[in-house]
Amino acid sequence: MRALILFIAALCVSPVLAQQSLPPAPLAYQQLSDPAQEAAALALMHTLRCLKCQSQSIADSDAPMAGDMRHQVRSRIAAGEEPEAIRAWLVQRYGDYVSYAPTVSSTTWPLFAVPLVLLLIAGGILWSRIGRKPKNAGEAT
Amino acid sequence: MLAELGLAALWLCAALALLQLLGGALAQREATGELAALVRPAAIVQGVLAMFAFAMLLWVFAVTDLSVKLVATNSHSMKPLIFKLSGAWGNHEGSMLLWVTVMAMAGALIALIEKRLPEKTMQATLASQGFVALGFYAFLLLSSNPFERLPIPAIEGQGLNPLLQDIGLAFHPPTLYFGYVGLSVAFSFAVGALLTRQVTPEFARVMRPWVLGAWVFLTLGITAGSYWAYYELGWGGWWFWDPVENASLMPWLAATALLHSASVLAARDALRTWTIMLGVVAFSMSMLGTFLVRSGILTSVHAFAVDPERGSFILFLLILYIGGALAVFGLRAGSVTEGTRFKAWSREGALVFNNVMLSAILGIVLLGTLYPLLTEAFDVRVSVGPPYFNPVGAIFVVPMLLVMAVGPLLRWRGDSWERLKMPILVIAAILIVLAAAVYFLGDMSVLAWIGLTLAGGLAVASFLPLRGRNLRRVPIATWGMVCAHFGIAVALFGMASESAFTQEKLAAVSPGATEQLSDWNITLESVDPVAGPNWTALEAKLLVSRGNEKPVIVAPQSRNFWAPPQETTESALLTRWDGQLYAVVGNQAEDGRWQLRLWWKPFVTFIWYGGLLIAFGGVLAIIGRVKTDLKRRVVKRAIAQRRSFEEAA
Repeated sequence: MRALILFIAALCVSPVLAQQSLPPAPLAYQQLSDPAQEAAALALMHTLRCLKCQSQSIADSDAPMAGDMRHQVRSRIAAGEEPEAIRAWLVQRYGDYVSYAPTVSSTTWPLFAVPLVLLLIAGGILWSRIGRKPKNAGEAT
Repeated sequence: MLAELGLAALWLCAALALLQLLGGALAQREATGELAALVRPAAIVQGVLAMFAFAMLLWVFAVTDLSVKLVATNSHSMKPLIFKLSGAWGNHEGSMLLWVTVMAMAGALIALIEKRLPEKTMQATLASQGFVALGFYAFLLLSSNPFERLPIPAIEGQGLNPLLQDIGLAFHPPTLYFGYVGLSVAFSFAVGALLTRQVTPEFARVMRPWVLGAWVFLTLGITAGSYWAYYELGWGGWWFWDPVENASLMPWLAATALLHSASVLAARDALRTWTIMLGVVAFSMSMLGTFLVRSGILTSVHAFAVDPERGSFILFLLILYIGGALAVFGLRAGSVTEGTRFKAWSREGALVFNNVMLSAILGIVLLGTLYPLLTEAFDVRVSVGPPYFNPVGAIFVVPMLLVMAVGPLLRWRGDSWERLKMPILVIAAILIVLAAAVYFLGDMSVLAWIGLTLAGGLAVASFLPLRGRNLRRVPIATWGMVCAHFGIAVALFGMASESAFTQEKLAAVSPGATEQLSDWNITLESVDPVAGPNWTALEAKLLVSRGNEKPVIVAPQSRNFWAPPQETTESALLTRWDGQLYAVVGNQAEDGRWQLRLWWKPFVTFIWYGGLLIAFGGVLAIIGRVKTDLKRRVVKRAIAQRRSFEEAA
């Protein structure tokens, strides 16, 4: 409970203040004792964005906020929550931006459509260029 | 005074670049232009003057001339000399000056020594060089003057970002820039060939060393950048799919495709249009790499808005360069014939397949990098990261690597299945056995499993082109290929192994206590304050040993820089042949224990060894190609001589 209060406090006060005055939440730098749970937590942390850093996951960051998020993830996993439920909770709080694992939605569908199109184009090029028998094969110019 | 000399040299450079552009362009219209004769000398003088300007910048940084604005905002009198010098290009203006200096030097070099192509093609090439350089000069002189003076000299400099005060990072950007410049030179050759309709094997041979050189530098730059992120950021990650990283990866992908395509053109006079197109794409990607990183737009659209004037200039240049390149290609590509055709089951067929795969991977990285910027412009923020790039990229990487294993065994023009049945079955058998063996090795992700399997198969396959040959008579360029392909396998093994077998330990440790990680014993001896030239630090002494090995001390630090004030973690690495122990010291808890982060990463070093092997393969290929070209030139001269003898007789 204290951790949750700390977490909310960390979100409310300015980041500089958080950095200087509050000790990191207990599970920010401490692994879960159950290796399976820790592995699940780590896998999830690697797909969550550190909102204060540039392109780092919360598993790769010294930022206090990343530490607090790691604490959240670990304590919720320890409490038996499913990783995807935790992700959904975080997305609800911070928006899609927090999750590196893109889901197909009205804003992200091109991310998945384009690779498919690329596959088709690649297939098409290969079919037209080297799939058919060339007419004048072997003719050196 | 010296700063002003540098500035004057820059203005002269700009004028010479303009002369180069006009002379080269006019030479295309007239039979003999008087300006055309000035193109080569202009390129040479421009190279010398640009070097002079850059030397002046180095000088004002070396002596910390605080009346120069750039020095005052990026340097500090207390910095070690090497970081004073590297500070000259560790900022926006300086890096642009370095870029254009290298470009001008490359231009001078081809103006001096390149005599193989028709003179008109060379003039068009140098005109294109002048055009690209002119944009940079305009940018430097109009919106980012590196020699700008302060009205009142500063008392002390503001210092360089401590993260950048690292020998690896001091040389990381120049390495990448050399690569970008090499690709611009290749592009200029492509423009020259396209404008004069001389897309010939000779053109490919002239362009190839530049592409290979660019590729070697990009490979080294990416490898070094990845290692830097690995040890400097302190969490053991080595690739983040960060937009800045992607900006260097995209030109590499394009250059990889281009160098293979240029080989086909040089050897077989096939893939003419495709090679030119890849030249255009590679150049566009290097411009993207140069400018997007510097504009700040990659981190956030909002960061871009901090300096909209400069940002708009950059976007304008980008559109001009890429648009211009595509326009020249679109207008002229139709007049270039396709070249010799070939069968699907041939060396060319395999190379085309991999070219298409590389282009598709490039497309995905480009999409994943730019898409978040696009949505951010509409106020929707999405994150695209490893969970997207890894699996989607793998769809194209895996077939590409499989074809890479077989491609070098195929003959040009066409080959028979019968001839290659044995080696292909051997590779397939190795892959199947490895897949099963790795499957039982432990719990790991699908991608790591595929990676380990493929790495083993590729490592063997990369040496197959040497089978049945007299090793002393194998051309150097072939050794280069073998080395680079083997390097891919080594790097892949490192990546997969790191992902599959890394062990992590986070612990709060009191001095004297011992932690276990894998089969390592790690004892925290003490934590003491230490001081450097512009920082103080807390240094942990860790006594580590494995089995009966003699214990070794590793000493991670938590550093505090004072100009500018910033805290960094300096990780300590202990390298063994089979992996690295990675140690970081964090904060002290209230009860007096120290936060330690420890990782054992089996074979992680292979990632960068692989990168080095790939680059070394590129160097071998350059040596081999240049040697053959020189020999060819000697033979040609001898034939010409004999002919003139016979005619005289």
